[in-house]
Amino acid sequence: MEKHIPSFYEEVRGKGISRRDFLKFCTTMAAFLGLEASGVGQIVKALESKPRLPVIWFHFQECTCCSESFIRASHPIVADIVLNKISLDYQETLMAASGVQAEDAYKAVMQKYPGEYIVMVEGSIPTENEAYCCIGGRSALQILQEAVKNCKAVVAWGNCASAGCVQAASPNPTGAKPVHKVISGKPVINVQGCPPIADVMAGVVVHLLTFDRIPQLDGMNRPQAFYSRRVHDTCYRRANFDAGLFVESFDDEGAKRGYCLYKMGCKGPVTYNSCGIIKWNDSVSYPIQSGHPCIGCAEAGFWDNGPFYQHLPEVAGFGIETTADKIGLGLGVATAVGIAGHAIVTNFRKHKEIKNEEPEEGSTVETKKE
Amino acid sequence: MRNRSVPLREVHVWEMPVRLYHWINALCIVSLCITGYLIGDPPAFTTSTEAYANYWFGTVRFVHFSSAFLFFFNFVFRTYWGFVGNEFSRWYHFIPYSKKHWMEIKDVIMVDVLQVTNKKIDSIGHNNLAAFIYFMTFLIFLLQSLTGFGMYSAMSSSFFPKLFAWIVPFLGGDMHVRQIHHILMWGFILFAMVHVYLVFYHDYIERRGITSSMIGGWKFIEEDVIERHEKEKD
Repeated sequence: MEKHIPSFYEEVRGKGISRRDFLKFCTTMAAFLGLEASGVGQIVKALESKPRLPVIWFHFQECTCCSESFIRASHPIVADIVLNKISLDYQETLMAASGVQAEDAYKAVMQKYPGEYIVMVEGSIPTENEAYCCIGGRSALQILQEAVKNCKAVVAWGNCASAGCVQAASPNPTGAKPVHKVISGKPVINVQGCPPIADVMAGVVVHLLTFDRIPQLDGMNRPQAFYSRRVHDTCYRRANFDAGLFVESFDDEGAKRGYCLYKMGCKGPVTYNSCGIIKWNDSVSYPIQSGHPCIGCAEAGFWDNGPFYQHLPEVAGFGIETTADKIGLGLGVATAVGIAGHAIVTNFRKHKEIKNEEPEEGSTVETKKE
Repeated sequence: MRNRSVPLREVHVWEMPVRLYHWINALCIVSLCITGYLIGDPPAFTTSTEAYANYWFGTVRFVHFSSAFLFFFNFVFRTYWGFVGNEFSRWYHFIPYSKKHWMEIKDVIMVDVLQVTNKKIDSIGHNNLAAFIYFMTFLIFLLQSLTGFGMYSAMSSSFFPKLFAWIVPFLGGDMHVRQIHHILMWGFILFAMVHVYLVFYHDYIERRGITSSMIGGWKFIEEDVIERHEKEKD
C-alpha cells in the first residue's frame, strides 16, 4: 500500500513550527522570487497540499560548500527543507544510510517517481578520465546520466556544477565539465555561486515545488529572479563608483570611508548575483560590505580571470602579472620604434622620389611617353 | 626655385559622406580610447570627499557610452555607403577576393613596407593592402561594438542594447567580454599610430595630396594612371 506522503506544511508543523512562522517563510520566499502579493498564497497552498519533492542529490568533484550554505539558510524552515522536507532520498553528506542501503534508496526514487524527481548536483564531472570520481564503483558520468534519464529537471548547485569552478580552471587536469555540458534533453538550472546564497537555493526549490515548472532562466540558465542584475548594480557603494572615489589599498583613507573597491579588483561589475540584496548569513553582510572586493564566484571561469585583487585579469600565455595593458603598451612602443625605423629608412631608400628625381624602375611620374 | 611639371589631374576620390564618416569615426575613437582607458584604470582624481559631491567617473562613462552609440551608427552608415557610394568607397575594394587584389598587396609590401623595389602603385583610392587592413579594422569595429553593447545591455532596459545581450553568454560571461573589449582597444590605438604615420609617409613620397584628400575629397593623380584606370573600367 502506498504510504501517505506528507506535505511540506504537515512536516514543518510536526516539527513544532508555528503557522505564523510558516507564513513568514512563504512571504520571504515570494519576495525573493520577485512574485506579486498573490504569489504568497500560491506558495502557501503549494506547501500545504503538495507532496514532498523527491530529490536525488549528488556530490561529484566539489567541496560540499553548497550543502553547507544550504543548511545555514536564514529561515529555520529552509534548513528543514534540506534536512528532510524535500525528501532528500539520496544525499551523500546528510543521509543516514550508507553502502548498499544508500544505493537502494537512490534506485528506489528513480523507480518510484519516474519523470517527477529532481536531480540536484553539486560538483563537476571529470571527463579526462572518468575514474577520477567514482562512487560505488561507478563513475560520476555514468551515475549522472542514468539518474537524469527519467528526471523532471536538473538543478546544478554552485559554480562546480554550473561552470566547473576551480577544478575546471586552467589546466583542468581532470577535464572537469559542468552538468549542462555532459547531459542533454533535460532542463538544467544553474544556481551559480561558490557557494550559492542559501536563500537563493531555497527560493529555487520553493519555485519548483509551487509552480511545478522551472523558473525563468537567463542566457546562462540561471534563474532570472536572482541572477539578472550585477552585484555592482545593487551595491551600496555604487555611488562612490560613479563619483570616482576608489579604495587604492586595503588600509588607506578610502577603505575607511567605504569607497568603491573597483581598483582592488572587485568583480562586482562583471558578476550576476543577489549578494547586494539578499546578502549572507541571515542577511547580515556580504563581501563588499565587509570591505573585501567581490571575487566573481558566480561567474564561469572566475579562477582564470584573476588575480582577485587586480582589476585587469592576466592574459593567458604571457606569464604572471601580464595584463592586456602591459602587452598593449609593449606593442605600442614596438610600433613606435618600427615607425621611426621605417621613416628613417624611407629617407634613404626613397631619396629620389623625395627629391623628385626619376626613380630607377617602372616609374610613371615623368610622363614623357606621351 | 625648384619646381616640377607633372601632368596631374584632380580626382574627386572621397565624397562628403565618406569624409564625414572618417572624421566622426576618428573623434569617436579618440574619445572612446581615452574614456575607455580611464574606465579600465581610473586615477585617483578625488579623495577624502563624500560620494554625493562628485560624479566624474559617471560622466566619463556617459561620454564613453554616447560616443559608442555615435561610433556604431556611423559605422553602420559607412557599411551602407559601401554599397551606394562612388567606386572608391565600394565594399569590393576592401575584400581581396581576386588575384589582382593580392598582386597589388604584394607590390605594396615590396614597394612601401620593405622598400626593396620601386614601382608605381596604380590604385587611385585605397591601395589594396590599405583596403584590406581597413577591412580588418571593420571586423574589429564590429567585435568591439558587439562586446561593448553586450556589456552595456546589462545596465539598460531599452530595446537596442538588448539586441546584443546574447553575446555575453556566447562568450562565457562578462569577465571574458570585458577582457576582449579591453584587448581590442589596443588594436585601435596601434592602428591609429600606423595609420597616421602612413598618411605622412605617402604624402612625403607620392605627393598626391593624400592628407588633404580627407578634407576636400580631391587627390592629384598622374594622368597616365587615370588613363589606365579608365581603360580598365571599359
